[in-house]
Amino acid sequence: MPRTLLLEHVNVPGIETFDTYRKHGGYASVEKALKSMTPDGVMEEVKKSGLRGRGGAGFPAGLKWSFLDRKSERPRYLVCNADESEPGTFKDRYLMEKIPHLLIEGMITSSYALGAKTSYIYIRGEYMYIVRILEKAIEEAYAAGFLGQNILGTGYSLDLYVHPGAGAYICGEETALLESLEGKRGNPRLKPPFPAVAGLYAAPTVVNNVETITAVVPIINFGGDEYAQIGVGKSTGTKLISASGHINKPGVYEIELGLPVEEFIYSDKYCGGIWKGRKLKAVVAGGSSVPILPAHLILKNAKGEPRLMTYESLGEGGFVSGTMLGSGGFIVMDETACIVRNLWTFARFYHHESCGQCSPCREGTGWMEKVLHRIEHGHGNSDDIDLLVDVAKKIEGNTICPLGDAAAWPVASAIRHFREEFEYHVKYPEKVMDPKHFEKEPFRSETFESVNV
Amino acid sequence: MQFSDKTLALVQKIIKRYPEGKQKSALLPVLHLAQAEFDGWLSPDVMDYVAGLLMIKPIEVYEVATFYSMYNLKPVGKCLIEVCQTGPCWLRGSDDIVAHLESKLNIKVGETTSDGMFTLKTVECLGSCGTAPMLQCGSKYHENLTTDKVDALLQQLTNKNERTTYMQ
Repeated sequence: MPRTLLLEHVNVPGIETFDTYRKHGGYASVEKALKSMTPDGVMEEVKKSGLRGRGGAGFPAGLKWSFLDRKSERPRYLVCNADESEPGTFKDRYLMEKIPHLLIEGMITSSYALGAKTSYIYIRGEYMYIVRILEKAIEEAYAAGFLGQNILGTGYSLDLYVHPGAGAYICGEETALLESLEGKRGNPRLKPPFPAVAGLYAAPTVVNNVETITAVVPIINFGGDEYAQIGVGKSTGTKLISASGHINKPGVYEIELGLPVEEFIYSDKYCGGIWKGRKLKAVVAGGSSVPILPAHLILKNAKGEPRLMTYESLGEGGFVSGTMLGSGGFIVMDETACIVRNLWTFARFYHHESCGQCSPCREGTGWMEKVLHRIEHGHGNSDDIDLLVDVAKKIEGNTICPLGDAAAWPVASAIRHFREEFEYHVKYPEKVMDPKHFEKEPFRSETFESVNV
Repeated sequence: MQFSDKTLALVQKIIKRYPEGKQKSALLPVLHLAQAEFDGWLSPDVMDYVAGLLMIKPIEVYEVATFYSMYNLKPVGKCLIEVCQTGPCWLRGSDDIVAHLESKLNIKVGETTSDGMFTLKTVECLGSCGTAPMLQCGSKYHENLTTDKVDALLQQLTNKNERTTYMQ
């Protein structure tokens, strides 16, 4: 079994066309599933594979599928979440743009398993140029008999549509996404009922991330057991990592789960080390909402063991000294990065993106942005740091959807690990009024140190 | 006020993607079409027209149009320049790109040039962190930006002198 499952053919010229994709083994999972497997059989393979939701939550995909209400007389829906908006994450865009048929194939095989007759790909509006790429691929799949009535003569029929959003991070939350798909504001719904029981148009619905759905293709081709051979423990298979920030080679990399973090950052196969010969200061490993870690804690956990790219290893130490794999949005900062300014951009992001439904998030994100703005711009006072911690605590756990937590965690973790740098901002306002202050003179600390490997 | 025949046919096609009676689902895609066809923004008249087309109440259109960041509720320049400013882009120099655009166009973020050609806007993460800094103009992403690349783009847009839309 090849160890690059999703991106194996990504650089083949013409792979975005049906003919080339098919020539390289494309749509084999549809043939196998529809002709020789029952829908339950497909689900069993996904369960066996140990595949976990690749959008960020990491919930077992097969288990999520099994919650779908099959007794309901209403139609069932599969909705693909292509609303990729978590800062630092751009893997789904890469997949859809480069190898659109992989997603179409995954949608057909997964829809068959779930008994969906109509499926939607909800894609963020800013990716409008990819809507055209996907629609062209869908058109080709219809023409080749892989979509529409009586697919491959098996009696199974499926219609697949692309639905663009219009700019709202919150629509990546699955119930907000469904509201948006129904033509409404993206306000998350109270759960229960869960989408598996009452989702799109109050019918049983599964919402899966792009990468999760594409992973179903190799799982069916090679079998769930084979897929589960890759990885470590409960982190099975491969994962797309979006690498950005102060590295030599930003981009999307498909890794086997279990790769050491140090190898990912420094190997020429992946990030290629820190740019400009500088030292590593901090990493946000799983998209902007996961806790930031200083260099020494991202390379090794608090026990001194090497940190691996797995859900468990990155989580080791909880929120005291660990973080999360999240969406795989891997943002790297060198020794000149200002933690406060970076955090302020995140706080501004969450304030902008809060849907406004829950007061703690609507008001709290605004306060965090304001307070961080004044600290970063030399107007902070010594109480502001504790005020931030207090506001973050009051948001966390007190909102309908996880956006509140997502806004609170970066603030809490940045202060936990880089408190001295916040204090420095308050103490030396004249220095920090220059936004490039640390570029000239990197911040030195007694509690953390930038690392040169 | 009315869509062209071609767009009207497209609207009917979009409505058919959703179950009968669920035509409200077509609202977001149809608003994109409306913005592209009616001068790059959604005036109250345009929103009322879309409400009529989809047989929903005007308020249902207003509440959606005011929620999503890609819908413009005021007129914008022919070319709307949207620069990403979130963390990963900031780490790679988006502040410098914004400052360069402000000085080159002689406007501040949120303003339109006096000739009505450019509107400058900062936006939150567009999913282009690995090719930062970046900006979006119409449906096109301009990535790995340098000030030289920005200058060349402005020149190209000026020469073309056409409205950019997400639907291109």
